[in-house]
Amino acid sequence: MSQPLIQVENLAMHFPVKEGLFQRSRRFCRAVDGVSFTVGAGETIGLVGESGCGKSTLGKCIVRLLRPTSGRILFDGEDLSQLSARKMKPYRRHLQMIFQDPVESLNARHTVGEILAEPFAIHDIGDPAHRREKVRGLLDKVGLPSSAADRYPFEFSGGQRQRIGIARAIALEPRAIVCDEPVSALDVSIQSQVLNLMLDLQREMGLSYLFIAHNLAVVKHVSDRIAIMYLGHIVEFADAENLYRDPRHPYTRALISAIPEPDPRRRSERIVLKGDVPSPIHPPSGCPFHTRCPYATDHCRQEVPRLRPTPDTTGHEVACHYDRPWN
Amino acid sequence: MPATDPNDIVIDVRDLVTTFDTDAGVLTAVDGVSFAVRRGRTLGIVGESGCGKSVTALSIMRLLPQPMGKIRGGEVLFDGRNLATLPPEEMRRIRGGRIGMIFQEPMTALNPVQTIGRQLSEIFLLHITSDRKQALEMSIDMLRKVGIPSPEIRVGEYPHQLSGGMRQRVVIAMALACKPAVVIADEPTTALDVTIQAQILELMHALQEEMGMAIILITHDLGVIADMCDDVVVMYGGRIAEAGPVDDIFAAPAHPYTRGLLSSIPRLTTPRKSRLNVIDGMVPSLAELPVGCRFQNRCPFRIDACARQPPRENVSPQHTVACHRWRDLPPFVSAP
Ligand SMILES: Nc1ncnc2c1ncn2[C@@H]1O[C@H](COP(=O)(O)OP(=O)(O)OP(=O)(O)O)[C@@H](O)[C@H]1O
Ligand SMILES: Nc1ncnc2c1ncn2[C@@H]1O[C@H](COP(=O)(O)OP(=O)(O)OP(=O)(O)O)[C@@H](O)[C@H]1O
Ligand code: SF4
Ligand SMILES: [Mg+2]
Ligand SMILES: [Mg+2]
Repeated sequence: MSQPLIQVENLAMHFPVKEGLFQRSRRFCRAVDGVSFTVGAGETIGLVGESGCGKSTLGKCIVRLLRPTSGRILFDGEDLSQLSARKMKPYRRHLQMIFQDPVESLNARHTVGEILAEPFAIHDIGDPAHRREKVRGLLDKVGLPSSAADRYPFEFSGGQRQRIGIARAIALEPRAIVCDEPVSALDVSIQSQVLNLMLDLQREMGLSYLFIAHNLAVVKHVSDRIAIMYLGHIVEFADAENLYRDPRHPYTRALISAIPEPDPRRRSERIVLKGDVPSPIHPPSGCPFHTRCPYATDHCRQEVPRLRPTPDTTGHEVACHYDRPWN
Repeated sequence: MPATDPNDIVIDVRDLVTTFDTDAGVLTAVDGVSFAVRRGRTLGIVGESGCGKSVTALSIMRLLPQPMGKIRGGEVLFDGRNLATLPPEEMRRIRGGRIGMIFQEPMTALNPVQTIGRQLSEIFLLHITSDRKQALEMSIDMLRKVGIPSPEIRVGEYPHQLSGGMRQRVVIAMALACKPAVVIADEPTTALDVTIQAQILELMHALQEEMGMAIILITHDLGVIADMCDDVVVMYGGRIAEAGPVDDIFAAPAHPYTRGLLSSIPRLTTPRKSRLNVIDGMVPSLAELPVGCRFQNRCPFRIDACARQPPRENVSPQHTVACHRWRDLPPFVSAP
């Protein structure tokens, strides 16, 4: 296999937090805590996990909106992890990010046309006439009328604003886009429109996606491979079909069983986990999941399980001391 | 069949019309909505953002924002009385008493500067006992019932000291404190993680089995509806598009909107990266709703007659639909 487009190696992002009397004691929020995976050209990696497990932080590190504490991010073999803003600039056009709430990321005082022309201005591409042409092309590509260029973001519905966000992200024909909950805020009937658009663009432009979401059915639909995160760690990584057919980690199994399926004939046999997700400021010893795991042993409480391949040779990896074939 | 026993009906909403006075004129957010909720059963209300789910719930509870929001017509029959016209002080006694409420964001239901114990005790003091010590004991029992560990310690804590899931448990404890006949839950798990959502839904189900209350569950998640509800009301643009038993609606949806929804969500069984079905167009705002069938500008089956409001017709004794063309639609092919 050729070299993957993106290689994330042992990436960590520890945010300093102040705690205690007079805010003196310095602790760290271990938002991302040693994560490794690859993204191939044209591939979609799904990233799933509960609130606060570090999905957005990981995504922001990869596009270098954050500078990670340690680890490497190889893009086309080049390590971006500690590059300065200036050195990062040539890579920015290849690595884009879209957000759950496109309003927050769009400048409300600029027209859609200005917003979409901006990436060309930043990278000094073309003259105003050429940029207007590009903007029309982009709007067309994401299914908006060219009249949208003269209007403001607030004049559009949520689904349309997400289309504008996508148009901006693809303006400079990037190689990869980190999509942070791109359809979570959208109505059901609008979600499928946007997902279709994203899949079309991927096929057309050969894009790679890191697709972050908490809706597992949506993630499965768009992803080639899926990473399950828990408290800053990847606890399972597998081909999308495999993950659902043969989940190995107790957390993954609970997560999949907890999705309410829109089919009353299959009222789920939920595995209900006890307790809450621990804080990444005070993570548990050993396996990050041991406080909620129904199978935890003393071994689990003491030693961190590493992400290891399962025997089935499909690239399926699990971080659990006990690999159990469940089915 | 107990389904048709009128004595089983706990809340009967008939032709409810609710409007808002706005700068743009009077907007009708709920337009002739009728449904009945039966003892020990769960009725789901589903529909997209802005379709009138919360306004329906707020109308029943008489908690519409004032002075803009008004119930303009219809009735809400409960315990032989019409809640729509009840004096405010009587309504206050019913809220939190015979009718419990759970909202999406638990913090809106909790007072940030009062302990959990104090807030729960208030409810018992208002409705059940005048003895403070007994009220606190009842609070501790109730917290234990909703699965809060060490409730005798938790009663002394403030809402911000609890996780989101724990807070929602406290809100459920408050809603169920007085053994209500019905609980209205507006997106109770939308703000929670999947595994915490599973805990809360399981809890609500177990408490319903034990206490026999009826539940009105508002959600935009068809998965939650399929999992939790006996009956479902599908709303679009302030009106009911379709209503009936969950099994019937999911197996044989009669309204083009319900069909569109059910066929556009990706499922675990949908072939990966295949094209999803879509409902064209956007969810309309109240001000731009079409006259006649609300769904007509997005409906693939539209005919000229759709410019008139379709009557609500029976597909079966329990299953109703408001569409001119429901008899002409091709058979529904459900997901694999
Ligand atoms: N700038 C920051 N400073 C300090 N802590 C942070 C910062 N950004 C994120 N965190 C913390 O890092 C952890 C991971 O947050 P992150 O936003 O990556 O989670 P997430 O998986 O995206 O969650 P969600 O599903 O809620 O979006 C959380 O505990 C969060 O509070
Ligand atoms: N105070 C108000 N003034 C004017 N219009 C209002 C007011 N409150 C609600 N509305 C309108 O009433 C309609 C129904 O709103 P409602 O909150 O019931 O929607 P919903 O179905 O609960 O949606 P969501 O899924 O987003 O919660 C919306 O179009 C909304 O804009
Ligand atoms: S390592 Fe132990 S605690 Fe962690 S998930 Fe596996 S069984 Fe549970
Ligand atoms: Mg996030
Ligand atoms: Mg609502």
